[in-house]
Amino acid sequence: MREENKRMSEPKYNPSELLICIASRLMQDGNTAFIGTGIPMLAASLAQKMHAPNLVTVFEFGGTGAILEELPLAVGERRTFHRAVAASGICDIMETATRGFIEYGFLGGAQIDPYGNLNSTVIGDYWPPRVRLPGSGGANDVGSFCWRTIAIMRHDKRRFVEKVDFLTTPGYLGGPGAREAAGLPPGSGPYRVVSNLALLGFDDESKRMKLLATNPGITVEEVIENTGFELVIPDEVSQNPAPSAEELRILREEVDKERLYI
Amino acid sequence: MIESGIGELFQPPDLDAFREWNRTQKSKALVDKRMTEQEAISRFLYDGAYIGTELYGTVRAPMSLMRELIRQGHKDLRVAGQGVMELDILLATGRVRALDITYIGMEVYGTSQALRRAVESGQTKTVEWSNGGITWRFKATSMGVPFIPVRAMLGTDTLKYSSAKVVKCPFTGQKIALLPALILDVGLIHVHRADKYGNCQIDGISGFAHELSRASKRLIISAEEIVPNEEIRKNPDRTIIPYYLVDAVVHAPLGSHPGEMVYYYERDEERIKEWVEAAKTEESAQKYLEKYIYGVKNHEEYLALHDQARLDELTNLAKTLR
Repeated sequence: MREENKRMSEPKYNPSELLICIASRLMQDGNTAFIGTGIPMLAASLAQKMHAPNLVTVFEFGGTGAILEELPLAVGERRTFHRAVAASGICDIMETATRGFIEYGFLGGAQIDPYGNLNSTVIGDYWPPRVRLPGSGGANDVGSFCWRTIAIMRHDKRRFVEKVDFLTTPGYLGGPGAREAAGLPPGSGPYRVVSNLALLGFDDESKRMKLLATNPGITVEEVIENTGFELVIPDEVSQNPAPSAEELRILREEVDKERLYI
Repeated sequence: MIESGIGELFQPPDLDAFREWNRTQKSKALVDKRMTEQEAISRFLYDGAYIGTELYGTVRAPMSLMRELIRQGHKDLRVAGQGVMELDILLATGRVRALDITYIGMEVYGTSQALRRAVESGQTKTVEWSNGGITWRFKATSMGVPFIPVRAMLGTDTLKYSSAKVVKCPFTGQKIALLPALILDVGLIHVHRADKYGNCQIDGISGFAHELSRASKRLIISAEEIVPNEEIRKNPDRTIIPYYLVDAVVHAPLGSHPGEMVYYYERDEERIKEWVEAAKTEESAQKYLEKYIYGVKNHEEYLALHDQARLDELTNLAKTLR
């Protein structure tokens, strides 16, 4: 983390702030986004205060359309339905996602593979596991039903792996056509991966992860070196703009005043 | 059948037996069900029971009931595992034999160390589900049917290590996951208001109170306020849990502490962090349980361990947010 900081020109920011800003820019005004704990909450709040005042946040235990004036600390707490349009329950939310109403879904995990499949269940064998992680929670539902999912990940070889130890949440599974063959809704699946090194997407043909843009100060080689599988590298790779002074001000002074995450 | 999850079905559903139970073991009369938490837990909990809690650890969770359950020492429990603190403190006792897990963690504070110790040691067996999945299992019971078709979990190890099945849909020809109905022996729910008969109202999001209450053979309710039956009848549209589902009503002000109760009190962040820290080792977790559970007789004594001014502050703050 410190090394990255040294490279950065003004304004200074840390890796979490960078992840939040880049994820935030992906959130679309006037559309629905399924939000989980942590960075997605910060990114959604920042987006509402920047370019997407009518971003409709959806939280799994029932909050729809909350205005994120304060940062929620849990997916069921009062801030997830603060000035919301509806406060229902988990079945309503998951069924709304099943019916195709939720465009974006934000996800995280301990491991991701070239097809965007995620692991948040165990490291090592299933039984007994070397490390027991929290489990799917709503992630499997989000990955099954949201039209476009966005994974937010720390980028290194232990996390970007050829094969996940446990496939908790479906990405493109084994490749083109695999989601549909498994019975998942056609046209849904992984859309972006936001990491501390780069912004990645998925190749239309092969459904494998593809580099789209590097983060400020990061080279294509560094992204490749820190990825445990072969990435699709297009001829042209753009650069993500660094967090702006305005984004950082809002993030620090309004979104996460208590500095719980950043 | 196209695929069958290899996870053990910890609680095979018998919907006819459930109907019979609901006919013969659940009173339809309006009777006063108020009792102490000691009485409620000792009457309805037993070793080996399959239990479930609602909502979620730091939010409207039945913490006072869970602390009493732990205090009474029931063991070999099987648990529907969607939780934060309420199931974490239970896992720390080492008395959970089986877990239908969807998520157990500390949310912003990361992975649960109590879960890690229980599962990595082989003490607690696990079977996987998604959050939607486990709630739909309650919904199947609520519907009175033995399974529910859903489009979640397909194509994943979450399904492989569950006890779900995948079949070809007879109407569309597509693959569909069938999740078995989950009938709880005992459900625990904390609500804002209940009358003495057990009619319950909840403010804010309703989580999975509707589904879990209808999927429980025995249902223990704790409530911030016990209100007259007339209050319920003034706003019957607000009743999420009708009395006939309920077996015990326990008056428990601040019953979700250190979690929050929307419009009533805010979360007690320092006390939540105290558990997160304590849970890190077996030894410190036991000290926490000793201090807040075994070392006190009941919920009243638990609350007395806290600074009253701080508790008032949490309550006053919540009221200003309404």
